[in-house]
Amino acid sequence: MSISPILSIRNLSVSYDTANGRLKALRDVDMTIASGEIVGLVGESGCGKSTLMQAILGLMPGQGKIDAGEIIFAGQDLTQLSRKEMTQLLGEKISVVFQDPMTTLNPVLTIGRQMIDIQYRQPIPKAEKRARAVEMLQKVHIPDPESKIDRYPHEFSGGMRQRVAIAMALMAKPDLLIADEPTTALDATLEVATIDLLRELQQEIGCAILFITHHLGVVAELCQRINVMYAGELVETGPVAAMFRTPQHPYTRLLFACDPAQIAEPTRHLPTIGGRLPDLVDLPQGCIFADRCPDAFAPCQKTVPGTWRAGASEHVRCHLAAPSEADQVTT
Amino acid sequence: MTLQNNTAQTTDPTEAPSAKRRPKGALLRLISDPLGALGLGLILLTVLVAIAAPLSPYAPSALDPIHRFAGPSDLHLLGTDNLGRDLFTRVLYGARIALSISILSTALALILGLFLGVLAGFAPRWLDNMLLLLLDAAKSVPTVMLALVLVTFTGPSLWAVVIVVILVNSPAYARIARTQTMTLRHADFVDAERALGANAMRIVFVHVLPNIVGPILILAAMDIPIVVGIEAGMSFLGLGVRPPTPSWGSILYDGFSYIRDSAWMVIAGGLPIVITALGFTFLGEALRDTFDPKMAKK
Repeated sequence: MSISPILSIRNLSVSYDTANGRLKALRDVDMTIASGEIVGLVGESGCGKSTLMQAILGLMPGQGKIDAGEIIFAGQDLTQLSRKEMTQLLGEKISVVFQDPMTTLNPVLTIGRQMIDIQYRQPIPKAEKRARAVEMLQKVHIPDPESKIDRYPHEFSGGMRQRVAIAMALMAKPDLLIADEPTTALDATLEVATIDLLRELQQEIGCAILFITHHLGVVAELCQRINVMYAGELVETGPVAAMFRTPQHPYTRLLFACDPAQIAEPTRHLPTIGGRLPDLVDLPQGCIFADRCPDAFAPCQKTVPGTWRAGASEHVRCHLAAPSEADQVTT
Repeated sequence: MTLQNNTAQTTDPTEAPSAKRRPKGALLRLISDPLGALGLGLILLTVLVAIAAPLSPYAPSALDPIHRFAGPSDLHLLGTDNLGRDLFTRVLYGARIALSISILSTALALILGLFLGVLAGFAPRWLDNMLLLLLDAAKSVPTVMLALVLVTFTGPSLWAVVIVVILVNSPAYARIARTQTMTLRHADFVDAERALGANAMRIVFVHVLPNIVGPILILAAMDIPIVVGIEAGMSFLGLGVRPPTPSWGSILYDGFSYIRDSAWMVIAGGLPIVITALGFTFLGEALRDTFDPKMAKK
């Protein structure tokens, strides 16, 4: 990865004000995305994936606050930008596709009006904006875009709406597309079609994609690198193929083992990871995963692990991956 | 192009026809509802009457003292009033006053209500609470008291009526706009628009307003008879339109004073108020039924 990163997040910590105290939703997150790269972000519900996305977009809810760290996008620190500067960037350089295509389009406006309106920054006549919208619909394989553009969202199926949402997001040819579980609400065939479409458009536009998902199969299919998050920390980052073959962090290993696609023998009970997410207001003293980790040993309960390079993974946050025990990890 | 449309229709008969005829379907549904058709008819009648008023051979304020308190005849369809003015002509011109005041003041009340409601919906908690307090205070003052106080300051005029209507009606619109805005401000599509770089103005005007005007317009249609009533009532009390101007309320008021001489003035003033009020009420009810999704399925 010698290409310059389009997004690089360093030591990002985010917390929320709650009735019980400050909930440390993200702690010390480091992540880089090279330009044109497709990076996956996986982790169970509540691990901070969405918070990370909101922090990048500068759209954190009122109680949320960035405590430390920086988010460098194309040379500027997004955490330092004003609301107005951020709005300028959104939709132009950074774009988003959301999870539920049934609710992310305005129900009372035709998709054409929405697609034309979102180009408000371009100083071009309306007819041209419309032509661009039609062209974009064509690119996401909406049949007969000329007439479909004057339809309302409810006249489209879920898969088509998601394609419309993708068309809207990529209209300005952004440098970074954040896809927040864009296939979760779709059925399996549509999921494959949407993934293919994203890849196709990514190759044409050349944007980087941060693909947030629960679905490990999608990550394996689409992404070049993968980030695994647990309870607000990035526990492992590495190239997809190597990581699926030899996951370094115990959590990654367990997470992959839970993927139904990985199970060869029919079982009555799907594998789970025992225990629960730790309390993020009152953090445990040692490793965040220690209580649920099958491989935990003495230091895990006491000290927070450092981040190490282990195996093919660039970034493993685990005592087991520490250089002195590096041999243990590879067995 | 037509070929494409045809193929679309043959392959997918359920989707294609419903696509473009939606507004037409709504109007059809409105007319097929007997209440809606009647309401629309009554309103159209009032509008036509207001437009056609100058066709009358009489001027609304032309005096003819010799023929005062005349009963209906082929010369004076509704008879004449205490000053010999042709009542039918005055009723026709009164329709202009009634319609223009009710539409103008309802529109202004709508704009103010929408503005305050959307503002409250997006505002921080303290501003929201302050606006709510203001709206509830405005709503709690009885209409007649409000009119009396206002007229004491400004003197009776058409504008006094308009201002009273705005103060009386806008809180209800603001309330609805506020609730709708609050649910919309966290709607997924608003978040999505924000993430695609839409600023606050864009979100309000392009995305929130079109979503909330529908229900408020229906409410406004149902409010117009109330406005007609307020105008007539204020004119009746001498707080509204000044005497030479032919308002239904003032015709009614004059008729009330001379009811022993001729009953026709009260009838001429009262009947159009009832007809217009019924028209708008029927229309409002029918609109509500038409746009209520549960009713639409039947």
